[in-house]
Amino acid sequence: MTTTGFPQAARQALQDPTLRRNLDQATSTIRAKRDSAVRELPDWPELRDSGAAIKARALATLPEQLVRLEQMVTAAGGTVHWARDAAEANALVAGIAHRHRATEVVKVKSMATDEIRLNDALAATGIDVVETDLAELIVQLAGDRPSHILVPAIHYGRTEIRSLFERTIASGDALPDDPEALAEVARLYLRRRFLSARVAVSGANFAVADSGTVCVVESEGNGRFCITLPDVLITVMGIEKVLPEWRDLEVMLQLLPRSATGERMSPYTSLWTGTRPNDGPTQFHLVLLDNGRTRALADEVGRDALRCIRCSACLNVCPVYSRTGGHAYESVYPGPVGAVLSPQIFGLEAAATLPWASSLCGACYEACPVKIDIPSLLVHLRGQIVHELPGHAPERIVMRSLARVFASERLFARAQRLARVGRGPLAKFPPPLVSRWTAMRDLPLVAQQTFREWWRERENEAGHL
Amino acid sequence: MRIALFVTCVTDTLFPDTGRAVVGLLERLGHEVTFPTGQTCCGQMHVNAGYAREALPLVRRFLRDFGDADTVVSPSASCTALVRAHYPQLAEEAGDNGLARESRDLASRLFELSELLIDVLAVEDVGAFYPHRVTYHSSCHGLRTLNLGDRPLRLLRAVRGIEVIELPEASECCGFGGTFAVKNADVSMAMLSDKVRHVVNTGAEACVATDNSCLMQIGGALRRQRAGVRAIHLAEILAQTP
Repeated sequence: MTTTGFPQAARQALQDPTLRRNLDQATSTIRAKRDSAVRELPDWPELRDSGAAIKARALATLPEQLVRLEQMVTAAGGTVHWARDAAEANALVAGIAHRHRATEVVKVKSMATDEIRLNDALAATGIDVVETDLAELIVQLAGDRPSHILVPAIHYGRTEIRSLFERTIASGDALPDDPEALAEVARLYLRRRFLSARVAVSGANFAVADSGTVCVVESEGNGRFCITLPDVLITVMGIEKVLPEWRDLEVMLQLLPRSATGERMSPYTSLWTGTRPNDGPTQFHLVLLDNGRTRALADEVGRDALRCIRCSACLNVCPVYSRTGGHAYESVYPGPVGAVLSPQIFGLEAAATLPWASSLCGACYEACPVKIDIPSLLVHLRGQIVHELPGHAPERIVMRSLARVFASERLFARAQRLARVGRGPLAKFPPPLVSRWTAMRDLPLVAQQTFREWWRERENEAGHL
Repeated sequence: MRIALFVTCVTDTLFPDTGRAVVGLLERLGHEVTFPTGQTCCGQMHVNAGYAREALPLVRRFLRDFGDADTVVSPSASCTALVRAHYPQLAEEAGDNGLARESRDLASRLFELSELLIDVLAVEDVGAFYPHRVTYHSSCHGLRTLNLGDRPLRLLRAVRGIEVIELPEASECCGFGGTFAVKNADVSMAMLSDKVRHVVNTGAEACVATDNSCLMQIGGALRRQRAGVRAIHLAEILAQTP
């Protein structure tokens, strides 16, 4: 994917009135639902503390947890594979699918497989991938990209979905403009796929090391079709999704639905442990995906981003995301947490503008169920980028000079006097950076008498009394 | 009480009226205000832009200027938040444990204006008079880092003659964010448009906040639009008397 950087891409998005309206409506609706679901629980702050502690413990003991998970899954009849990066994971999944002579796989909505672009990789080997989450299906049919972690088609309105279905799965029929009828069209299309597919691919919300149990949380039940009907189930899971103990789910399954969809519990919470005779898939493959995660784990500050449970609460409360939408981030992980995950997973160069896609207002941190201090992580990544990537030398020089001026009372006072003289011409003929301010706002006046000048005058007068 | 004023570089240079208001208000309440003249800038812009290392001399300078003060007050929520929430960590990252200890110690003696008035001086009614309709924007760092809660509003509501109108979406960021306003100018403007629309719709004559950087953003747009609404710092309202 070619990228233009966030400021450019955001500028495009901001000029689309339909997008702005769809986003505003969707994010404010989810925000209100989340707020009331959270307010119900008097121990929400303690739950967040527990969630953060559970994930921190899992990350601090990751090697042990993953080995334990492998042991338990294997003991329960599953097979565990380890993938260093996207290419390895894709090759593993394609290999398994081809061994079962699959020409089609059904997919449960999953971020990890979006991250590694599994659909493209499978298509390249001749396998047809069907997304079964309604919103993912909409995005797939439109040849579009998801724009939200949880609600991939958040940028679509009902009428756009109707005409999309008319063009694609409704085979030319005119459709009514109501959500139930549209959902029915998708339902009929998907049911046929569930019955014919022999291989399914899923992600995982959690995996319990102690029991070897994998957990997927979803709203539609389409995921449950995928993980129960086909003969072979392949789960691709980021290694940071592991939880040490079964009881950890008690906390996480309260935090996730309330933060994500504003529900007390998601309609479908599926848990499975390996395979079972005459019940569900006969083969279960678990692909453990690193893809940059161990590198992030090695960063003492950045590692906190690995606590993320992909609930999207930070997207919905973010004043930036709720105006630009997800495409502006040019990453499968958009929004505040995307701005800290993307540079760490895909590399600083691949997401070099994202850490600045925030006013550091802190709404994300406040909403995060596992207390990721996203503003601090953004600042940390900014520091890495300005000091390590090329192209930041001019800014570094300016900032160093400014630091020198600010560090000296004498130079600072002189700069103030200079600003007083320079303000007039700056306001009249604003240079590029200043014009970005004056495009919409007046330039503040530099006071005729600064505070420190006033103070000195007052002291002098008092001294003379 | 003897209170040292940390006026901040933005207020010093662009909004000295706020600094004078803090001095006037605290003296009226019977306190002595000092102004350590060596003070410059806390380094917030540097730190938030990723130049924490470069900001270290500013941290040292700040501690030298204010280290001896019993109580420090600042009319900026975000500068107070930087010193309180980030100085100790910056010092630790630089491997200077002494500096970290000093900054933690200073953080416990540094207060944003509404904190000082309500928590330390225990006043809500400062005897101010401001016969105007106002609305209050809760600056992000005041709201989420300092947890100011309704302290500024309690001070405002105790002002004689005032009418405080609730601002819709008051807790949403105004879009300033330091360098964000120019690095992501388009998003900043989109956020500012909504903020200013909400402010104007309240019918208030003034938009009040606890941070002059937010007020520079909101006020800059209000003036540009000739909206007839002024942006004003809380201190300047509290300093007014009949």
